[in-house]
Order: sequence, then structure tokens, then C-alpha cells
Amino acid sequence: MTRRFVPALLLWLAFVGACIAVAAQTRFTTDLSAFLPEAPNEEQRVLVEQLRDGMVSRLLLVGIEGGDAGQRAQLSRGLAQRLRTDAAFGMVANGEPVHRERDQALLFTHRYLLSPATATERFTTAGLQQAIGESVDLLASPLGMLTKALLPRDPTGELMQLLERLDGGARPATREGVWASRDGRRALLLAQTRASGSDLDRQQAAISTLRSAFAAEAAKLPAGADLKLLISGAPAFAVDSRATIESEVTRLALVSTAIIVALLLFIYRSPTALVLGLLPVVSGALAGVAAVSLGFGMVHGVTLGFGTTLIGEAVDYAIYLFVQSGTRGGRDTFWPTIRLGVLTSICGFGALMFSGFPGLAQLGLYSIAGLVAAALTTRFILPQLLPAGFAIRDVTPLGVRLRGLAAAVRKLRWPLIALACAAGGVVYAQRDRLWNHELAALSPVPPAAQALDLALRTDVGAPDVRYMVVVRAADAEAALQAAEAASDRLQPLVESGAIGGFESPSLYLPSRARQLERKAALPDAAELRARLPEATHGLPLPATRLEPFVDDVAAARERAPLTRADLDGTSFAIAVDSLLMRQGERWTALLPLRAPTTGAHPSEIDTAAVRHALEGAPGSDALFIDMKGESDRLYAGYFREALQLSLAGVLGIVALLGATLRSARRVIRVLLPLAASVLVVVAGLLLAGVALTILHLVGLLLIVAVGSNYALFFDGKGDGDGPPPGTLASMLFANLTTVAGFGVLAFSSVPVLQAIGGTVGPGALLALLFAATLARPSCPAAGAPER
Amino acid sequence: MSRAAYLRWSIAILLALGAALGIAGPAAAAEGWTIAQLMQALGKQSSGQATFVERKHLAVLDQPVESSGELRFQAPDRLEKITLKPRPESLVLEGDNLTVTRGKKQFSVRLSDYGAVAGFIDSIRATLAGDRATLERTYALHLAGSAERWTLTLLPRDQRMAEVIVRINIAGTRGQLREIEIIQADGDRSVMEIVATGPIR
Repeated sequence: MTRRFVPALLLWLAFVGACIAVAAQTRFTTDLSAFLPEAPNEEQRVLVEQLRDGMVSRLLLVGIEGGDAGQRAQLSRGLAQRLRTDAAFGMVANGEPVHRERDQALLFTHRYLLSPATATERFTTAGLQQAIGESVDLLASPLGMLTKALLPRDPTGELMQLLERLDGGARPATREGVWASRDGRRALLLAQTRASGSDLDRQQAAISTLRSAFAAEAAKLPAGADLKLLISGAPAFAVDSRATIESEVTRLALVSTAIIVALLLFIYRSPTALVLGLLPVVSGALAGVAAVSLGFGMVHGVTLGFGTTLIGEAVDYAIYLFVQSGTRGGRDTFWPTIRLGVLTSICGFGALMFSGFPGLAQLGLYSIAGLVAAALTTRFILPQLLPAGFAIRDVTPLGVRLRGLAAAVRKLRWPLIALACAAGGVVYAQRDRLWNHELAALSPVPPAAQALDLALRTDVGAPDVRYMVVVRAADAEAALQAAEAASDRLQPLVESGAIGGFESPSLYLPSRARQLERKAALPDAAELRARLPEATHGLPLPATRLEPFVDDVAAARERAPLTRADLDGTSFAIAVDSLLMRQGERWTALLPLRAPTTGAHPSEIDTAAVRHALEGAPGSDALFIDMKGESDRLYAGYFREALQLSLAGVLGIVALLGATLRSARRVIRVLLPLAASVLVVVAGLLLAGVALTILHLVGLLLIVAVGSNYALFFDGKGDGDGPPPGTLASMLFANLTTVAGFGVLAFSSVPVLQAIGGTVGPGALLALLFAATLARPSCPAAGAPER
Repeated sequence: MSRAAYLRWSIAILLALGAALGIAGPAAAAEGWTIAQLMQALGKQSSGQATFVERKHLAVLDQPVESSGELRFQAPDRLEKITLKPRPESLVLEGDNLTVTRGKKQFSVRLSDYGAVAGFIDSIRATLAGDRATLERTYALHLAGSAERWTLTLLPRDQRMAEVIVRINIAGTRGQLREIEIIQADGDRSVMEIVATGPIR
């Protein structure tokens, strides 16, 4: 141990200690919305907020299967009853009319303040005559059955006005009094958690509550009734993904570590070498976690999973050191190459750090910090720690055999070049469907779960909240007024069929200003009484029978405006809370739009008409948001950015190689195998029917980073017959560990990890093959004697 | 009045109509007019069309309200009540779906969502098929009078149904149906006069 080494060792120990301290404090998250980009514009901010905390993020869809219809209904009732008394759930709906009476009582009591028809003209003699005439005509219809008992109190049909406005959406079918799927084989229930979508711990607790409530209710049924609980919806997805990512990351780390350890033991035949060889890996992983933690405040589980793959690359450095330091020239020959390899990787990943996608930026920072730490550890710490007389088994014979193999592979030069060209052709031919532009492609939700979700959603008729109008204001009252202004613009679209309908918090809770306006439109009792005889002239309904109407209007004039507290205990409270919320200092009102079910364009919303209608609305900051379009646009934006950053990274690599190698031909020779591997991998993915996502792009970048080491070694100053045997052997080992590390990821069920694994695993292998094949067809051609 | 009650009511009317329109077939033997013979006549009919005038006598109004329009039936399961006056409205019952259209407003419901009510649909289909056993599960049937001048009374067996409708009287002469009277539990009643205009082409 040299004197110069002691400070280096102390520094390293301090560094590792500091990293451990930071990592111990680190908040790890698997909340997928953390992987959502920071939204650049207002529409996208709404989108991200909705995904994180909106009503959709809190809605659980529950299905009950098995048994008979009666048992399912009994279970649904029991389950709903338990959940309704549980504080974890804000709303539980299963088709039982739990709120119906209170809802109707509230609507009827406050009908004049709630009804959009309440206006001065409606209470003039002519207005009354028309409204009462319509109500009398309605009695001739079967619909009159609903209204006739209320006629003396509500001759203008205000309740019907309200019901028509509120009663638009699709309803689930019912069996035995509870919601059921269309085919009747599944009972359905909706439950909204109180916890926000980003509070995964409480979401998970709510789901466990749901499961145990189901189990308790199922136990009441006679033995043999085999009922099954199905849970879907955003909270279930989020909680399941978290569990999957957690278990996957652990499992993958274990499996790839085991494989690599086995491989290293086989190569080194020395436990000491194994432990020493893992030092750079551990230092790198710790440095990566610490850097991301310091830079982002938290580390995402996917970053961590990805980090396990770094084992595959960082372990290479030690392999190169151990294998090559034993051979002639020692580390002096390999270190410059490694240094250049590390620098290329930094160029590649450095670009990602500028991504607006926090996930990508995390990956970039993690890789750079990890690789630098691993390389520095290998360079400055590891050699000094090697015990005197340290040697792993002699790999020269293997290297010599590999040399022969490399020479043989070079004969495959033309077929491989042809393969690369063919791959290029495939990529070119399919360039239009090269990239997957949908954010959903990154979803960690397995296809089966997505199918179940779709089935339940269709059964329930749950609002597919694709289009919504969003207004924001300083307080709730102003937000309601803005919602009313937007509603006034939207209502004509409903009549014209451009949209099927819309929701608004102001339907259930009009702004105070609007309520006072409506109140002011009501005539006093004496005046109303005086107008009625003429208004009922010629109708079979004498004015004298309408005294209850006069009383109700008089009472409405005295009644204080409806407040949010008045809605407690009705289903309108839930509706208002879902649609009107405080976000920071501001209030947001959401107006989800429904597509028309009939007409010229069934199930399609005329977006141009909606935009046009909202233009110039008073306080015209109403946003019209296409949630799916917006999320795809958002992703496309980040995708474009990632693509540009990757290209910048590649340019950086080219510049770096140019500066170091100082030869255009050598730069091209190094880059060619990398380009060929990337092409073949992309073509392979395309032929397998995979459209590339942003994660595949990261994988391609990794191929370049890892492969550049091979290409540089093959390009390095060998003895004219390619790299020396020791180097060849070390490359093979390095390649095997890389392929093992990433190959394991390819079997992950988390699409994000699978994409990277499936790209880098084959890519690293191909990079080695191409590097060996396309390396300088050096001296043997000139007739150098074989040894 | 809940929506379900309203549905029970409107479906009952449609059922009665279906029965009525079905009875346009040839008259059976003059004497000993029995439910069995009536059922047989019903089973033979595949389609019918008629005009109607309906008067509702409601306690809340001084005079009855009158509506008129057309009725159509097509075997096996399509019934339509098209009101032309005082305001256009249509009720269409086809298979499991009841669709009500009034002005621009339209809403549909599925009968099977309303368990007890669905029984009535089965019963009317049974009626049209001449399946008396199924019909009698839902209504108690009483046939009075002769083939020339008969009255079929339907009394709902279902308690919830009976809370809305006390009974339905269908009057006819041989194969011709003349009148359907629906007596509601609250004392209101409606009388529908029917003039058959022939089978649907």
C-alpha cells in the first residue's frame, strides 16, 4: 500500500459513507405519476393533476362474480353497507337508492333556486300560462304519472326541468336491485376513496378494507357459494404497480446478482477477486442513488430497477482490470480505453439529464454518477487493494482460442454487413410505425388487468373522462360563476347535438350570485296570485287549486341560498366535491363532457364547436381539454425531446471520439459496429411487432455506451492481430455479465424494464459481434506470420 | 312517483294494448266464449294497427285531458304507442327495450332491469302466444259477457304493481277491441277508445 494511496482510500471510504448516509435518508417512490412529466402548459397541468389527485384517480371499480344473482346482490348490499360506514371511502354506489329520497327532497325544496328556467319572464302571466299549459299537456302522456301529484305545488314543471338536466348519463343495468353487467353475470359497485390518488399507502389500506369487507360478507353466504371479487380502477392499478415494481426490482437485483456472481466465480476462481470485483459496482450503485436523491429529492423504483442493470456495466471495469493487469502492459494499455468508454457513456447519458421527463433525467443522473464512481473506484482504489501476488486463473489460453474465433468471425463479415443493411432496410420501410406515440405504452398495467378495467367500465357506464372544460378562480364562488358562464355556452351545444351533455358543479350548487338572481325573479305572493287566473284561463286547472304553488314560491323568496353544507347526505355532495376542488390557492371547477349517443356523429364530440362556443366566454380562461389527446401530445413532446437529446448525445460521442482518436477513419470504425447493432436491434423489435417507446430509446443509448468499449478495444493498438488474448477474454466476460444483467430485465413484467432489457441484452451481444467482425482487417491480410 | 312506478304503469298500458291489438282475429264460436278461446284467437294474430283516443280523468283537473294517436303491434315483441295530440310523443317497446321520445328528449330503459315488471312483459308475450299459464302468473283473469260483448279484466298479482294500478278492463266485440280502461289506485282513471285499422303491411 503506497503512501499516496492512503488519502485516496480515506476519501473513497468517506465518499461511500456519505453515499450510504444519503441513501438511508432517501425517499423511494413507485408512484407512477412521479414519472409523469412536469407539465409545461395549463392544459397539461390539469391533466397531470387529474391523474394524480382527480376523481378518476380515486375511483375503484368493483365486480362480484360467481354464485347466483341473488347471492351477488346480497353481497353487493352488504359490502356497500360496510364501505359506506368506513371513513376511507367518500362515495359508494351500487344501484341502491340510498340517497334517492333526500336527493328528491332537496331538489324539490330548492327547485326555484336550482332550476335554470327560473327567470322573470317565466313568472309573467304569459310565461306562467305557457309553463302551466305544458305541464297539463304532460298529464296526457304516461310521463304525467310522475308529475300529476306535484301539479298544485309545481305547475310550471320546475322539478322535471331539473331532472332532465341531471339525468343524462348512461346507467348500469340492475339485477335484483343492484347494478349488474349487461349479461347480468356480475354485480357492480363503485367506490371512491377519500385518499388522493398520490397517497398510495392510504389507497392500499382502502383496498385491503374492501377485500376484508368482501371476505366478511362472503362468509355470511351458505357454504358452496363461490363468489369472487374483482377490483379495478386507477387506485388498484397504482397499488398493484407499486407492489409489482417493488417485488420485481428486488427479484431482478437478486437474480442478476446471482448470475453475475456465479459467472465471476467461474472466471476468477477466487472469492477475493469476486468481492473486490463487486466493489466498483456497489460504489457506483450507492453513488447513483445518492446523486438522484440529492438531485431530485426522491428515487423512483424504476430508476432503481434500471440501476441493477448498471451492475452489468460497472462490473466490466473490474473484469478488464483483473484480466488485463495480469497480462503484459498491464493497466496502462486498458485504462485509456476504459476512460474513453466511460466518457462516451457520460456523453450519452448526460443528454438525458436535460430531459423534462423526471424519469429520464433520473436515469441519466443515476448512470453518470454510477459509472463515474465505478470507474474511479476501479482506477484508484481497486489496484491498491489487490493482495500481493493476486492473480486470477490464467485466461490466455481462452483468449488465444477467442482470437481464432474472432478471425473466423471476420469471415462472416459480409453476411453480417448484409444483415445490417437488411436491418437498415426494414427500419426504413417501417419508419412510419417506428415509434409508439401513446403514453399508454409505458403503462405498467398488464393487458389482462386493462381488459378487466375496460369490461367493468363499460358495464358501469363510468364516465370516460376524455373531454372536459376546466375553469379556475380565486374562490369557490368565482369558480362556480365561471362554471355557469361556461355552462351557458355549452347548453346550446347540447340542444344542437354537438355534445351529448355535460356535468357541472353549478348544476347541483349554483353560485350564490346566480341563486340570488333567480330569487329576485320570483314574484311576491300577492302578485303571483293576481296573475294566476289569467295564466290558467282556458286550462282545466283552476287558479284556486294552485294555492300550494303560491306558498312554495313565497317560501323560496324567504329561503337563504343553498350552500355546500346543505347538500350533505345527498348524492349531490359527492358530485360537487368531485367537480369543484381547491388546488393550492385557487379553486378549480371541472365540467366533463359527454359524447352524444345519437345524431350525425354518435359517440363523438364536435371539438371545434366546443372550442368555438367557449371562445370569448366572460372571464374567458375556460380550458377545453382532451385528456387523451393531451396526454399523447404531452408524451409526444417528451419523446421528441428525448430523441433530440439522444441525437445530441450521439453527436457528443462522435465529437469525443474525434478529439481522442484524431482520425476520422478510426471514429467511423468505432461507430460502425455500434450503428449496425442498433439497426439490427431496432429491426428485430419492429419485426416482433414492437413499436419503440421512450424506454427503448434509452436502451439504444445504452447499447452505444456499452458497445463503445468493445469497439474501442478492437480498434486499440493491438499487435496487429486485433486485441491481445487477455483483452479478448475480458471482453467476452464483460459481455456475458452485461447480457446477463440486462437479459434478466427482458423477462420483467414491468414494461419499462422489459423494454430496456429486451433492447440492451441482444444489443450488447451484437455490438461485440459487430465490433469483432468490422474491426480493422489488419495485418494478417498483409501476411503476418501466425504465432 | 318514482321512476320505477311510472315504468310499471306505462308497461302495463302497453301490455294491455298489445293484448288489445292482438284481438283482431276472427271471432270464435258464438257461445261459451272462454279465456281459452280468447287466448287461441290472440295466438293467431301477428300484427295489428289502430287509432286511439285516450281520456284521463284526473282528480287534479276539472276536465279530462285527451290525447290521440296510433297504436301498432308487430309479432313477436314490438309495441308502439304514437301520440300525435296534444304533443307528439312515442313509446316503443321492442324486446327488452322501452324507448320514450318526447320532443328532443329520448330515454331508454331495459325491462329486465326491473325484475317484477319484466314478468309483465313475459306475460304479454305469453298472451300473444296464447300461453295462458304464463299470463295468469302475473294477472288474475276474469272474462265476462259473450263473444259479442265481452270484458276481460286483468288484476295485477304483484303487490308493487297493485299499488299503482287496481285493474285493467278490456272490452271488445267478437274479435274487435273497443276500449281499455285503467283504474289507478289513487282513483284516477283513463279510458282509451280503439278503432282497429287493420294489420300492418
